[in-house]
Amino acid sequence: MSTTMIPESVQVDAEGFLTDPRQWSEDLAEQIARENGVPDLTERHWLVVRFMRERYLSTGNAPSIRALGKESGVPVKELYQLFPKGPAKLAAKIGGIPKPKGCI
Amino acid sequence: MAKTRIVVLGGGTGGTMTANMLRRRFGEDEAEIHVVDRDDRHVYQPGLLFVPFGLSSLDEIVRPRRRQLRKGIRFHEREIDAVWIERDEVLLDDGTVLPYDVLIVATGSRLQPEETEGLTGAGWNERVFTFYSPEGADQLRAALDGFERGRLVVNLVDMPIKCPVAPLEFAFLADWYLRECGVRRRTELVYATPLDGAFTKPVASEQLGGLLAEKGIDLVTEFNAGEVDGDRGKLVGYDGRELDFDLLVTVPLHGGAAYVERSPELGDALGFVPTDKATLQTPAKPNVFALGDATDLPASKAGSVTHFEAEVLVENVARFLAGRDLEAGYDGHANCFVETGFHKALMIDFNYETEPLPGHFPTPVGLPLLRESRLNHLGKLAFQWIYWHALLPGRELPVIGPAMPTAGKRRTAVHTS
Repeated sequence: MSTTMIPESVQVDAEGFLTDPRQWSEDLAEQIARENGVPDLTERHWLVVRFMRERYLSTGNAPSIRALGKESGVPVKELYQLFPKGPAKLAAKIGGIPKPKGCI
Repeated sequence: MAKTRIVVLGGGTGGTMTANMLRRRFGEDEAEIHVVDRDDRHVYQPGLLFVPFGLSSLDEIVRPRRRQLRKGIRFHEREIDAVWIERDEVLLDDGTVLPYDVLIVATGSRLQPEETEGLTGAGWNERVFTFYSPEGADQLRAALDGFERGRLVVNLVDMPIKCPVAPLEFAFLADWYLRECGVRRRTELVYATPLDGAFTKPVASEQLGGLLAEKGIDLVTEFNAGEVDGDRGKLVGYDGRELDFDLLVTVPLHGGAAYVERSPELGDALGFVPTDKATLQTPAKPNVFALGDATDLPASKAGSVTHFEAEVLVENVARFLAGRDLEAGYDGHANCFVETGFHKALMIDFNYETEPLPGHFPTPVGLPLLRESRLNHLGKLAFQWIYWHALLPGRELPVIGPAMPTAGKRRTAVHTS
């Protein structure tokens, strides 16, 4: 078990997504990643996390997994290797932005 | 004064309705109206769901596009090469240039089965089918006819898709069909979705998930299909999970029309057109509007959405041409019948802010919401007539306006008994 914990001053929702993206930092990202089964953030991880975060901050929406695959330069298959289970969700969590809304 | 030129791209639900409404609104001495589409086949898309079960056929749901357009609208049966937003021109594949004062993008979405590894490889249209195209729906009918034992997997690859309830409806109808054929006991039905439940919105998701369970349909959630192996009958998820199938009914990835990618500044990464969610004007340029499945709006890609949008869009095109402020009139209203088999259906009604709730539509005395009933099934059947004879011609429907009604809705928990 990891000994470092996310500081109590950081507000998260029931699923662990930051409610205020301004409370995010790179150290915090590494902690969230460790607690979610990604022990080391490589350059490829960072590329995706930064892309998600920048896109959210500039447009108010986090990209879907498909848009992420087309626009971040990281193919969908690799996204699943980097962030097992749900790449868009996990990258959003690590990037300190709200959970991406499923479109309908 | 020169006549205004309005060019509508797409002669489907949104394009046809909009062109007809604009033709009613503007005299032929005021405006020229052009509609462009690649072919002359207008498909009543809600009917596709019924084709695999022999409850409808292609000749019942396909009609000429031309004949749905009012007199005084020019129809161009051509492929669109590109839109030059900067020059206010559309280029067709035969070199024709259509200049416009106002452009309306209504080219819907395109199926992209080739974007999923192996999907169009071995087994495509043999044991792997989609009912989202007329030909696919027809071929699936023959396959279902001979399906007597084994595992049928229904999978939607990823959102967004047209009519997000249709794959669920397919599963419900397949259960009914296999029971009627007396082979349900020898068959398994699996519904695999990338969502974390049966549907996107919580209250409806609970209700529809309950129906799947009642009908003995296995629900597999958060399944992101990465590869199809038609030879071995395996659907493989990106997370390594494998689903065996004897018959796979897929809803492939959707993107915007191909020309959107060839048109600078018009679309996003998936070929959908960024559009203002309330006015339906595009940020690309003030004289470009969009509606229906072609947009990137967070609303269902569904005919009802397109219909409600068309009323707002036509008003805003008129305001734009008169130099007036646009009306932020579209609230995301969607209204869908969900066919559940055994001559029953339920209805959902929602918008950007309000998820589907139980109650009645459109007032406390009306069709039941989120509850199965025969009345809703009859409503769904009757709708095809309304579509061809009232909606497409652009006639106003009594009672049902673009804004979502709230009078008959309850904000209490759903009882699934």
